[in-house]
Amino acid sequence: MVATIKENESVARLPVQSWLSGLLTRHESLRGLLLLAPALLILLITVAVPFLMMGAMSLWTQVGFDYTDDWSLGNYSTILTEPLYMTLLLRSLGMAMAATLVMVILVYPMAYFLAFHVHSNKLIWLIIITLPFWTSYLLRVFAWRVILGYEGVINSGLMEMGLISEPLTFLLYSRSAVIITLAHAWAAFAFLPIYVSLEKIDKSVLEASADLGEPPFMRFFRVILPLSMPGVIAGTFIMFIPTVGDYVTPALVGGPNAAMIGNLIQLQFGTINNWPMGAALAVTMIVAITLVGLIFIALMNGLRRWAR
Amino acid sequence: MTRRFEFHKSNRVLQLYAGLFMAILYVPILFIPLFSFSDGLYIRFPIENFTLRWYAELFERTAVLKALENSVRVAVSVAILSTFLGIFAAKALARYRIPGRGPILGFILLPLVVPPIIFGVALLLMVSALSIPLSLYTIAAGHIIICLPFAIATLLPRFEGYDAAMEEAAADLGENGWWVFWRVTVPIILPGIVASLLLTFTVSFDEFVMSFFLGGTELTLPLYIWGQLRIPRAFPVVLALGTLILLFSFALVFIGLKIGRRGAIKLVDKD
Repeated sequence: MVATIKENESVARLPVQSWLSGLLTRHESLRGLLLLAPALLILLITVAVPFLMMGAMSLWTQVGFDYTDDWSLGNYSTILTEPLYMTLLLRSLGMAMAATLVMVILVYPMAYFLAFHVHSNKLIWLIIITLPFWTSYLLRVFAWRVILGYEGVINSGLMEMGLISEPLTFLLYSRSAVIITLAHAWAAFAFLPIYVSLEKIDKSVLEASADLGEPPFMRFFRVILPLSMPGVIAGTFIMFIPTVGDYVTPALVGGPNAAMIGNLIQLQFGTINNWPMGAALAVTMIVAITLVGLIFIALMNGLRRWAR
Repeated sequence: MTRRFEFHKSNRVLQLYAGLFMAILYVPILFIPLFSFSDGLYIRFPIENFTLRWYAELFERTAVLKALENSVRVAVSVAILSTFLGIFAAKALARYRIPGRGPILGFILLPLVVPPIIFGVALLLMVSALSIPLSLYTIAAGHIIICLPFAIATLLPRFEGYDAAMEEAAADLGENGWWVFWRVTVPIILPGIVASLLLTFTVSFDEFVMSFFLGGTELTLPLYIWGQLRIPRAFPVVLALGTLILLFSFALVFIGLKIGRRGAIKLVDKD
């Protein structure tokens, strides 16, 4: 409609212009795509093209300071055969899974509380819960170093109380330190989808369940939990995927025994300087995350069928 | 038939849990400001001497001020660009029947979930293949990837939340396309625009991973902090700097989320 008026107004117009505006008037989706084009173009240049290049480069081989671009699966066979790579990959998946599981369980009651027991100022609650996750990731990880460090809050506190005479060294630079930090740093990713799915539950369904005589405890397991499962699954995914690739947390609180695949990728682009291998590792990580995701979905489907 | 539910009653156990949850969420972060006022070089639990000298030292470091300037320059450009692109993209997604809307939206929102290291590495590969030198510009390019989804997520509910008839009415009354946009659309979605600017600014200002891979010799504040983490004596200054950054970011995000209402939350709903 907008374009029609414009056309009537303009007296002198190039034929191409009127052809174009005619086309845009007639095809609504074309106008939409035109509006979307700048954003899509930027993402095409900064995401799609680099991803293709990364895929291509993963098939190259590093030779000295240069790489040969004859295609080979050499990097991938190294990843699959060298124990170091597989160990780090499996460890990353395991630690991300642990952090995600812990957080999904811890976050659920909080989401439940907010969805069913908070009746005023919900927005403020939501803002306060999600606030930290918008702000400096580096500082939030660093905070755990302050707490768990050799001269950190826990050690100096315990020593002051006279409970220990030497600082505990296992606090920092351990896998549990990484899992705790990951869980804390990404909690909102698990929280939001679970909260949304609980909030969406129709209250009349709950009333029906109560009217039919189900005690609150059973109502939770037979009505609320099943209805919130999509949120739980989404939260699991949304938190699991980015945590697998984290490298800041293991670098700051992990130490060598808790290094993750992200640290190895970073090293390939840093001191090891083997970019094709770095690209291959990044691709492998994406594939591994996808595989775990598919297995998870299959398991969930199986579980649902079994539950019926 | 109105039945009173136990949901209307307060549940002590859940309340206690919620309090504990919030404490666990915030207490670790609060140690940063707490110890930034401690006089010692190391963290000691009963803080003995209160001091502001780490803050004073901060402002004497020219590298900090330079990094601050760089961060602000990148974040302002990224916020404006991603919000600008976000307005059109959100309008397109909310208003027009676009073939393949689902996959397109998925592609745009991908960076919210995929580990940022992957985008950083991939972009680094392309930039170096094109022999583009690493600089604040390449950092900004990386930040756009992350900020664009946030901008669209904040703006999309705004476009979905009002009646397109208002735009049509303005057009019927003889306004042309651009004037309809400026005088009708923009005022209606203005809260979304402000929220998007604030949120994308903060996300870019605090972003580390992309900057780490795509940064050249010029540092942003998170890159500066990363460099200082290796120096034990710099610990208190990092705490002071961290405190200021946290305070600043929390304030901006709080205002942004308050203005933007439920943008981000509604979005999760759609996935």
